[in-house]
Amino acid sequence: MPNKTLLMVSNLDTFYGGFQALWNVSLEVKPKEIVALIGANGSGKSTLLDTISGLIRPAKGSIEFDGKTITNLNPFEIVALGISQVPEGRRVFPELSVLDNLILGSYNRAARSKKEQNFNMVYELFPLLGKRKNQLAKTLSGGEQQMLALGRGLMSNPKLMLLDEMSLGLAPVVINNVYEALREIRERGITILLVEQNVRRSLDEADRAYIMEAGHIVLSGNAADLREEEEVKRAYFGI
Amino acid sequence: MTLRLLTDLSTPLTMGILLGGLYALIALGLSLVFGVMKLINVAHGDLVLFSSYFAYAAMTMMGIDPILSLAIGMPLLFVMGFAIQKYLLSRAFTVSMEAPLIIAFGISLILQNFQQIVWSPMSRGLTTSYTLASFGIGGVRVPLAYLLDFVVALLAMLLLREFLSRTYLGKAINAASQDRRAAQLMGINTDRVYGYAFAISMATAALAGVFLGLTFPFNPQSGVSFLIIAFGVVIIGGLGSMLGTFIGGMVLGLAQTLGGYFFGCAAQMLFAYGVVLVVLAVRPQGIFGR
Repeated sequence: MPNKTLLMVSNLDTFYGGFQALWNVSLEVKPKEIVALIGANGSGKSTLLDTISGLIRPAKGSIEFDGKTITNLNPFEIVALGISQVPEGRRVFPELSVLDNLILGSYNRAARSKKEQNFNMVYELFPLLGKRKNQLAKTLSGGEQQMLALGRGLMSNPKLMLLDEMSLGLAPVVINNVYEALREIRERGITILLVEQNVRRSLDEADRAYIMEAGHIVLSGNAADLREEEEVKRAYFGI
Repeated sequence: MTLRLLTDLSTPLTMGILLGGLYALIALGLSLVFGVMKLINVAHGDLVLFSSYFAYAAMTMMGIDPILSLAIGMPLLFVMGFAIQKYLLSRAFTVSMEAPLIIAFGISLILQNFQQIVWSPMSRGLTTSYTLASFGIGGVRVPLAYLLDFVVALLAMLLLREFLSRTYLGKAINAASQDRRAAQLMGINTDRVYGYAFAISMATAALAGVFLGLTFPFNPQSGVSFLIIAFGVVIIGGLGSMLGTFIGGMVLGLAQTLGGYFFGCAAQMLFAYGVVLVVLAVRPQGIFGR
């Protein structure tokens, strides 16, 4: 794996109202990695993703992506540079068709020119979306909506995908499908930063992982090593 | 008996539907802004009137036909709309949901007083050679202005619908109205999209203002009464639906003319708002609302 970093988050402090949600958070993601961000509810994982996406401005620290500083850019500029977030709860546009949801994924200029190519990729990964393209998004099942959310994210032609709790509320068999798609997405050269509460599963899938607690990164390392780590076992597997 | 009633009713029915076109035209922009920005633009009626006065000025001072003056009026209000959203509303939205409403109130008061100072409280009208023309369809005499109102409203509604469902910007407006955060994550510059939505709403207000002026006399206070009518239309049709707004206009127009026919002129608006209340009670989301 090349040593160059794709995403470098350094010493980030982020406030949520008057409350400090991130404390001196640093993290890096290398090209083509799957990195998992693990932690309990409210530990700051989603806040970190939102800060990277530009939805929240950090009070301190910096974020570099692909050699550029993106710390104070707007969300739409960050998407255009190649970071695509698939938000928790899927957030597909319920009253729009599957096709329109996907088209909106390709809203940024760079993605528009690669629309056809990305459509092919999405339909290859999720053939079901092709069959349902004229249906309203709200009529899809939870698992189908998650596929649509992933497909929509892919339409923006990303280098890095931020996936927030994509297995939440899905049936185990559907979760398997989603993770299978994830591996295929990585095969296509897209890097993945994954937020999960499903610790065991995400450590199985990821190359490396960071563990968050109360807004701090408390542990990081190779996913395989972390699985054996006593602290992780105690905290998350209840052993 | 039935036949006679039908012949008698043909006038209020035709007039109601055509008048409904004007109401729909006034309400289109209100509906769009509410659907997208969740803002009740209480200045909408006054912005419509601003366009009526603009056309009046162009006509009386430079002899430009009111409909031709739209070539300047529509872009002017489009730009004004974009600026209002960019410099006034977008900042207010970061404060609270009420702040932009208060700004809209402010714009409404400023425009009313401005129009009062410039044009005096006197009634004005966009009287042209064709406004007084009328023609007969099946025994009903129809003023040309009413027919124009209807046709223009229908075209504006269809155009807006196509725009919203077919273009990237239209889809983005739709997306931002359904889930702003998700729209941002799709790379949509939601501030800009709101700017365009408000600008488009103002361009329809420009259109409405001219056809309102061709149909009815107006004074600086008329904005309020037309705002209330437009509000009724949007309630009947369902917020944010362009087709619903158009149908809502017809329903309100018909309620007014039929109310007038059966209960006398004095009762016509009472009857029209009665229909609004019934819709609110039976189907609060409106006929085409979700």
